[in-house]
Parts: sequence; structure tokens; C-alpha cells
Amino acid sequence: MELLAVVKRECETCQLVGPVLAELRKRGRLELWSQDDPAFPEVAGGSRDDRSLETSWRHKVEIVPTLIRMEGGREVDRAEGWVSAEWERVTGIAGLGAALPAFKPGCGSKSVEAGMPERLALRFGEIKLASRPIVVDPMDDPIEVTYDRGWSDGLPVVPPTDLRVARMLSGTTRKPAEVLGLIPPNLVECTVEKAAVNAVLAGCRPEYFPVALATIEAALKPEFSMHGLLATLWFSGPVIIVNGPVARRIGMNSGGNALGQGNRANATIGRALQLVIRNVGGGRPQEIDRSVLGNPGKYTFCFAEDESDPAWVPLNVARGHARGSSTVTLFHGDGVQGVADQKSRDAESLARSLAMALCAVGHPKLAETANAILVLSPDHYAIFRQAAWGRAEIEAALYEALRRPGRDLVVGAHGVGEGIDPARAEEMVDKFRPGGLLVVRAGGAGGLMSAVIGGWIAQRRHTEVQIVSQEVKS
Amino acid sequence: MNEKYVMRDPTAETAGAMRERVAPPDDLSKATIGLFSISKERSSEFLDTLQERLAARGLEVLRFAKPTHTKPAPESVLADIVERCDVVVEALAD
Repeated sequence: MELLAVVKRECETCQLVGPVLAELRKRGRLELWSQDDPAFPEVAGGSRDDRSLETSWRHKVEIVPTLIRMEGGREVDRAEGWVSAEWERVTGIAGLGAALPAFKPGCGSKSVEAGMPERLALRFGEIKLASRPIVVDPMDDPIEVTYDRGWSDGLPVVPPTDLRVARMLSGTTRKPAEVLGLIPPNLVECTVEKAAVNAVLAGCRPEYFPVALATIEAALKPEFSMHGLLATLWFSGPVIIVNGPVARRIGMNSGGNALGQGNRANATIGRALQLVIRNVGGGRPQEIDRSVLGNPGKYTFCFAEDESDPAWVPLNVARGHARGSSTVTLFHGDGVQGVADQKSRDAESLARSLAMALCAVGHPKLAETANAILVLSPDHYAIFRQAAWGRAEIEAALYEALRRPGRDLVVGAHGVGEGIDPARAEEMVDKFRPGGLLVVRAGGAGGLMSAVIGGWIAQRRHTEVQIVSQEVKS
Repeated sequence: MNEKYVMRDPTAETAGAMRERVAPPDDLSKATIGLFSISKERSSEFLDTLQERLAARGLEVLRFAKPTHTKPAPESVLADIVERCDVVVEALAD
């Protein structure tokens, strides 16, 4: 039987057990390591040097002092902190440290301080990154190197050092080598590790990474048609709506300025997807990305739904996910069109009013072409809430108000060449197909205004281009 | 700063040195010309016109299309073009 103990000078409990360690050493059975000072504990004649923390890391020490009993090179028992009964059990010595109080909790091991496990795993070989290492010349600025290599969307990126990538990977239980799918346009395999490198570039924290992974997986569903969305002449890019507990856990914004700047999770999760498309897939503006104008949301467009009202059916639940599940929903969307209505005081009027704004999506005379998101602000929602309208009533009223006579929409009607097939002149025509209008709650209080996010006109090919959702896994 | 500053490559790592473009053939008379529609509205009108004009010059023309413009061309279509054509014209737009 051999004993191994790990201590640090700055820990009062380690100082307390000095005489006990001296006693064990006198019996010739102790291998003693110090994390901060090999001269400590003087009473026991000092320690072996573990300032590299290799021994602490290899023995998975979380608390100091830790006392471990080894037999045949294998751990068979351990005590953490000072609990005299446990030390007696581990050492087999009755009455050990009888002069000390029976119990004093230990301190945190230096090997488990924030970021240290990943640093040690890299240093001692447990984490081996497969992505190609790029050595930055000491005379170069790493951020300028990321620009030179074309990794940036135009804004600065966070240099993906080994430590940052390892920390990002600690945000998921998934293996770094797992393949998420083929990233368009070049249809290249994207591993969890490669996604982590790009999530670092984007500025994600490790706890955002599962949401970023779900977003990438959703974008790769064939029915989302990410390739076409990238290559289109149209303005659209992926718009990500996050639902469920994960949004609160990682501090996403569903309130004031939810569609704007200022929240790290909102900003970086959407950006991570776009950087994966750019860097792994090779999709770049003026190359495969043929957008005539684009839109600022192509840097990033991600927000959480306001689920604070228990009466409201969240978007993901409406789309078939379990209540309380965390999901991402991806939509092919353009920029934000504001809708002011400060005079409607009843639900019917407000629904008709919002429908007027929605008519313009794609083109006022087009139908079943582009889908839309209607982002309902709290003040507009309050008018519906007062009338006891929930999601079903609001959607039904909007669809009703958006149903128009075909003769007003056909090619040439009202002196405008654009329009729907003349054969539909006698029909009543819906603006959106079922499921094509996403009503989402977000925003801050104080304004009778909502927002329309118009969709990609290729959504007219509704079997090929679909809105998708994906559950967030740990 | 004893340690080297190392970043990990976020790209697919497939990019090698710059590739030279294939030189266009000097003479089209012996070339097989592929006309490739991406299946977007009216791209076939453009290609039909092109086919008529090329055929009028006695050139050999083959037609290809991908099933939908919203997705990449299937490998089989690309392989077919590579195997049978010397030159290809790809038609986009509305």
C-alpha cells in the first residue's frame, strides 16, 4: 500500500494537516505533492513539485488536501479535505491526527480552476485537436492573420487558439470527431471540432456551443436548402429563433432590442453558423453567394422568443416540440420591416392592420411565394391578450385577413405586371401556405409596433424549401 | 512569449495552391458543348436560343439540368457533364 497526497500552501486545511502528513512520512509511506510551493509543508520536510499540476490532473484532484491510497499502481480509496475518520480509513491508522478537530473542509485544487482542466488536458495530451495548426509569426498580429486568411465575415474574429477550442469543446458532451454533415456549397464534412473552431471565431462562450451545433444541424437538413439560401440572388439568410430553457440559461435576449445588437449569445450563435458556411463550406459573397444586395442579418440574425406568458404557446410547441424543450427554428429571412399601429384598440382591428403589412412580403400581389415571421411586441400582444386571444386565434384572424380575391392579384391587375397566375382570378387566395407565417413574441415594452421579417421567395417551392426546427442536445 | 502562437484552421483544409484555369479550346468545331440548366425559371429559354445558334453553326450540343436550383447538382449529373463535354455553359436566372 502506498499513499499519495496533494496540498497547497495557501490552503488553511493543508496547513492544519501538516503534522499528520509528517507522521505519515515518518512511517515512510507517503508520496507528497505541493501545487504551489515545494518547501511546504516544512513540518513534513517539504513536498515534490507539482506546480505543473500534472500529478494533480492525472489523479483528478478537485480538493486539497486529497489523500489517495494506491495498491499496485491503482487508486483504491481517497479522502478530500480533513475528515479524521476518512483519513483513518484510507491510511488504516487508528487515532490519526487525534489532536486536530474532527473536520475541516478543504480548498479547491488549482487543477480545477476556471479553464485549467482544458489547459492541462491539452498540455498532457488528453485533448488532441485534428484541425491544421497555423503558426502565427511573432511579428504578426493574430487578428490580422485571420483577415489575411479570409476567415472573417468583415468584423474581427476571436483567434482560435488550442485553449479556446478546447474550452469550446468542453461545452458539449459530443465527441470532437463526430461529423455533423456536409456543409454547402462545397459539401465538406464538418466535425464537432471544426464547428468549435468557428464558434470560437464567432465569439461564442462554451455554454452557447450546443445551440450553435443545433443550428448547424438544422441548417443541414435537406428540406432547409441551405445551399440555395446561400446562393440566391435574394436578400435572405438564416434567421434563428431559440425557444426553451436554454435561451434563459445562456442569457439570450428576447426583450428590448431582441433583433438588434448588444447580446453576446444572440450575436455569436447566428454568426457561428455563417462562419461555418463561409470557412468550412467555402460560401462567400460574390462567389457562390450571389445575393444582389444581401442584408445586415447575414452577419448574424438570432434571437429568443419571449415565453414569459404561460398562456402563450411558444413557437417550438406550435411546431410540434414538447413544452419545455429547447430548440432552434431556422427561417430563410430578410431584414426587419417595422409596422406601426398606435390606434387599433381591439384584437380584430389589430389583426387586420398587421395583415396589411404582411401583404407586402415578397410583393403585395404575390401569394404563397415568400413566407414571413411576425414579431409581436409586448404592447401589441397585450391587445390580443385582453381579448383572450392566443396563438390560434391570432393566426386564424391573420390568415383570414390575408385571404384576397385572385382578380386583384393576377398579372396585370391594377395596372401592375407582377402578380399571380391569371387562371386563379376567380379564387380566394391565401397570402401564406399553412405553417408559412411564424408568429413570434419578442421585444421590450413601450411601443405599439411590431415587426415583419419577410422570407425567401424560393419558399414558393414549399416541398423543397421548408422552415426547420432542431432540438438542442447537451 | 516563449510559446508559439498557434491557431487552428477553421476551413475545410481542402484549399491548396491556386489552381490554373483550364485554357479555352482554340477551335470549337470538334468540341462537345454542354448546356447546363440550373432549373430556375426561364433558364431553358436562354439555353434553347443558345442551342439553336450553336447548332446552326454545326456544333455538337448536349443538354443537362439539375432537378432544382435550390440544391447542389447531383454528383451523377456533374460526372455526366465531365465525361461527355469539352465545354459547358451554365445558365442561371429568371
